[in-house]
Amino acid sequence: MRAVITVVGKDMVGILARVSAFCAENNVNIIEVTQSILQDMFCMIMLVDTRECTREFTDFADLLAKLGEENGLVISAMHEEIFNTMHRI
Amino acid sequence: MINTQDILETISMIRSEHLDIRTVTMGISLLDCARSDINESCRKIYDKIAFRAEKLVKTSDDIAKEYGVPIINKRIAVTPIAMLAAASGGDPVKYALALENAAQQVGVNFIGGYSALVQKGFAGGDEELIRSIPEALAVTEHICSSVNIGSTKAGINMDAVKLMGDIVKQTAHATADRDCIGAAKLVVFCNAPDDNPFMAGAFHGAGEPDCVINVGVSGPGVVKAALEKIPEGDITDVADTIKKTAFKITRVGQLAAYEAAKRLGVPFGIVDLSLAPTPAVGDSVARILEEIGLENCGAHGTTAALALLNDAVKKGGTMASSHVGGLSGAFIPVTEDEGMIAAASAGHLCIEKLEAMTAVCSVGLDMIVVPGDTSPEVISGVIADEAAIGLINYKTTAVRLIPAIGKRVGDTLNFGGLLGGGPVMRLNESSPAKFINRGGRLPAPLQSLRN
Repeated sequence: MRAVITVVGKDMVGILARVSAFCAENNVNIIEVTQSILQDMFCMIMLVDTRECTREFTDFADLLAKLGEENGLVISAMHEEIFNTMHRI
Repeated sequence: MINTQDILETISMIRSEHLDIRTVTMGISLLDCARSDINESCRKIYDKIAFRAEKLVKTSDDIAKEYGVPIINKRIAVTPIAMLAAASGGDPVKYALALENAAQQVGVNFIGGYSALVQKGFAGGDEELIRSIPEALAVTEHICSSVNIGSTKAGINMDAVKLMGDIVKQTAHATADRDCIGAAKLVVFCNAPDDNPFMAGAFHGAGEPDCVINVGVSGPGVVKAALEKIPEGDITDVADTIKKTAFKITRVGQLAAYEAAKRLGVPFGIVDLSLAPTPAVGDSVARILEEIGLENCGAHGTTAALALLNDAVKKGGTMASSHVGGLSGAFIPVTEDEGMIAAASAGHLCIEKLEAMTAVCSVGLDMIVVPGDTSPEVISGVIADEAAIGLINYKTTAVRLIPAIGKRVGDTLNFGGLLGGGPVMRLNESSPAKFINRGGRLPAPLQSLRN
């Protein structure tokens, strides 16, 4: 399956590196990344492929959220389908 | 890739505007568990529920995590127990205990269906079950009970209306030491739907499949947030915005319902297009009405604003789901809605206004705390009035009053959790006793000449 990872928080050095390193550790392939900085808030959205993920997706999402908390960021990983369902007919 | 704005909108709906799936409710038919021996019937019921709903909670939690949308309640609705009591005889409270054990075994929040359908009269088991409701709700924690006393096709069973006035009062008395919470789990219906996933009125109708998944969505906070973005819009803009928002909310419910049904190997039933509030700030239907332009919920204009809201929710939601059912509409449970509690406490919202509001929305006079010394006849009078609104308008109406034993107008009750709490509201104490004590059946209404 494909999932969307969103990262929101105060901008600082190494956010992209930390999140992508975590994806790599879990064999999650990053397909696409967009990021923007509004005032000093960092906002990154990643589309990833979790088919080869070495963990259960729910564990992966939990650990990612925890990684966010440790760094003062709000990180979520959600199944791509929820966005498609909500915004496309 | 999906539009960035759309992704951020979804995240914001979930994180700051309380978008959630209010309930995944598994409907289970217990008709095949009916035996002539009540103890054997109870064993069969326990076994069937424990087997069918074994993975309901785990599956719902997995879906919630995977899709990032909270699923607040996992519930079960069963065949009205009066039907089983009819076959077995015996003390119906045994069924309540069997259901309670099953609910605890599978870990659901509530199990509904301690119910009787008596719109045209009492059949075997019905009256026994109704009379056992106060005890059943006092000795259990997870059981919800409902009684259907009227329908547009059958009229209103006034004997049942009279009886239910008493039963509501007794139920409150039986749980007086726990803020009368028993009465918060008892609802009296007119035109009760067979596939309602919401408590306290959920039961699994006789025409339903053996097992089915129904889902109720929520999201008053999302609708309010969308309306905050169009402060200058006219009423057409308001209706369009609500429709579009309801579409998005309902799509999430449809996705969860489809996934849950697939993973549990059970047919998907319906999505209930509801705006279900909670006592949390930012999750209130009353605050939507105020955002539309009322100083306080309960002001003149509230009924019109609610009619608009309810209709727009249905229009948006219907497009979003392949099967729609249940109660479908905005709920106005007073103690479960932060804005309603505030409006009632400040004296802006009275029962008469709430009654008018129930004529245009789902569901009825819901979660209203009334003085503990209210007579059973007055409660029956409230039930009769509310049922008449449903009867004439071909819609579901319901009454869930909580007589606050030992308390008077101005005092408060506090249930905690989703049931919330609220002020004791004033009822008209003028007696309807003669009308209620006549008994009999209020005839089904004419379906033409509809003025």
